[in-house]
Amino acid sequence: MGITSSIGCVKMEIKKISEYEWEIPKTDGMNVPGKIYASEKLIALIKQDKSLEQVSNVAKLPGIINASIAMPDAHQGYGFSIGGVAAFDMEKGIITPGGVGFDINCGVRILATDISVEDMIAKKKELLHDLFRTIPSGVGRGHKEKLSFEELEAVLKKGAKWAIEKGFGNEEDLNRCEEYGNIVEANPADVSQKAKSRGLGQLGTMGAGNHFLEIQSVEEIFDSNVAEVFGVEKGKVVIMIHCGSRGLGHQVASDFIREMENKYGHENLPDRELINAPINSELGKKYLSAMNCAVNFAFCNRQIIMHHVREVLKRYFPESKNHLVYDVCHNIAKIEEHSVDGEMKKVCVHRKGATRSFGPGRKEIPEVYREVGQPVIIPGSMGTFSYLLVGTKKAEELSFGSTAHGAGRVMSRSQAMREIKGEDVKKELCDCGIDLEAGSLKGIAEEAPAVYKDIDEVIKVSDGLGLAKKVAKFKPLAVMKG
Amino acid sequence: MTYEFLEHTADIKFVARGKSKEEVFKESAMALKETMTKGIEIKKIEEKDIAVEGKDYESLLRNFLEEFLFLFDAEDFILSDISEILIDGFKLMATVKGDIIDNYKLTNDVKAITYNEMYVKETDKGWESQVVLDV
Repeated sequence: MGITSSIGCVKMEIKKISEYEWEIPKTDGMNVPGKIYASEKLIALIKQDKSLEQVSNVAKLPGIINASIAMPDAHQGYGFSIGGVAAFDMEKGIITPGGVGFDINCGVRILATDISVEDMIAKKKELLHDLFRTIPSGVGRGHKEKLSFEELEAVLKKGAKWAIEKGFGNEEDLNRCEEYGNIVEANPADVSQKAKSRGLGQLGTMGAGNHFLEIQSVEEIFDSNVAEVFGVEKGKVVIMIHCGSRGLGHQVASDFIREMENKYGHENLPDRELINAPINSELGKKYLSAMNCAVNFAFCNRQIIMHHVREVLKRYFPESKNHLVYDVCHNIAKIEEHSVDGEMKKVCVHRKGATRSFGPGRKEIPEVYREVGQPVIIPGSMGTFSYLLVGTKKAEELSFGSTAHGAGRVMSRSQAMREIKGEDVKKELCDCGIDLEAGSLKGIAEEAPAVYKDIDEVIKVSDGLGLAKKVAKFKPLAVMKG
Repeated sequence: MTYEFLEHTADIKFVARGKSKEEVFKESAMALKETMTKGIEIKKIEEKDIAVEGKDYESLLRNFLEEFLFLFDAEDFILSDISEILIDGFKLMATVKGDIIDNYKLTNDVKAITYNEMYVKETDKGWESQVVLDV
């Protein structure tokens, strides 16, 4: 059955393949078809903005393999849609900052504790306030003391490893990060002075926008075996940290969009934000290296923030124990091996607002989790459930080992500002027993639960298709926003 | 000589208008400032000179606006007003006034200036630009 969707002035044909699979047939200029993993409910929302047009634009890029893919939480971005995944051939393919996003390695980590929900509820208001005072959030100046350029370059090279060397955590933390918290193919010389200057004062800061820190209770366990391997137990407390590479990463993206445009021109592109360079070109390699530096900065950033969280926890629960469950990237391009036409091949996978979801056995997964698959963390919006899932072999077949990354916006910021009052959101959360500390009431309105798609629906599609299987569900107890 | 914000699912989109190129660039900067400050009035304490280049008006505007994100993160500077601006071909020079961000409680992060749906064009009434900010 063909459904014609009117997207701006572009008419786009989409075909339903199965309950949760939709296809944009390969038409003019597309090298591969578009593929969207969504339910009827989610596809109706996805059709409302320019996501589908963006999926078809990505399909036009050289060297793209199999399909231009969108996750259930897809919404309009720039270049790629948010929730966009595409893999490119290493010989004929390209790498594009528009397939990674400006907030390079925006990601999430979960710290699991042995603190019971009851004990936390008694102290959470005070504890949250303490976290808000300890961890710089919001915008602009993070720390009075900035890093030196030498220290910053070490961070760009070593990622979370730098933090461990400085005493912000332990070796075991590194074992529980995507890429072990450090991509080694990263040369700080490929990052501009401008980008470095923006990063000097921002290490260990959350930033604003959709970034947050949340104290959550483990509400439900769906897979007790895997939950045990991940060290997550019902009735206990976990802390979720969501942030990225701050101004440094933003500047790296901007710099390379400019450099690639100067070198290759944008005249033949379907969208100027899809400017790209061949993966094996000098500029393509330089972008990958600079992007990896920003990835490392973000790993280090989340590690330092987690260290501060641990310090605060110690003050309130001196006897408590905790461990990092995992740290995942949501915005990244990586060289990975995938099966292409029945053969294992190196490809460049772009995930923009998508989570890697590797199944059991992959060598990239830390040994502690290799038998079950990697942990996949999908945060909900403020005040709604978040989920822990496990990666699958199916995801490797369907989506180059990827799944959704969150709820996905459905209402614009300006509409939210008009229709939602920050005070009302705070009160509603309070009525549900959720404490909130935020930089501004306006910021709360812009990130209110109503502006996002239904996270439960996104998870239903991921779990139903097998892109990642549900392990545990978390309920927010207290939220800190920038 | 004005700007207005339009609907965009995830980010901030605005249209700016002016009688001249210079005016539309200035109004675009004012729309960016409004996004960053949300109505908080910024004093004109410090002065900075800006010089940027582009290869067309869109890249010139993008590079110009990006300068304010850089000044914000790297030099703790927030824009208040543009006292002088001159565009010669695809080169722009401006003198801008503003203050140190420590003096204000700012909470809105602009990550980047994007090319998405961006244009700078001459119309019957003057000049017009459209910009999407990644926030």
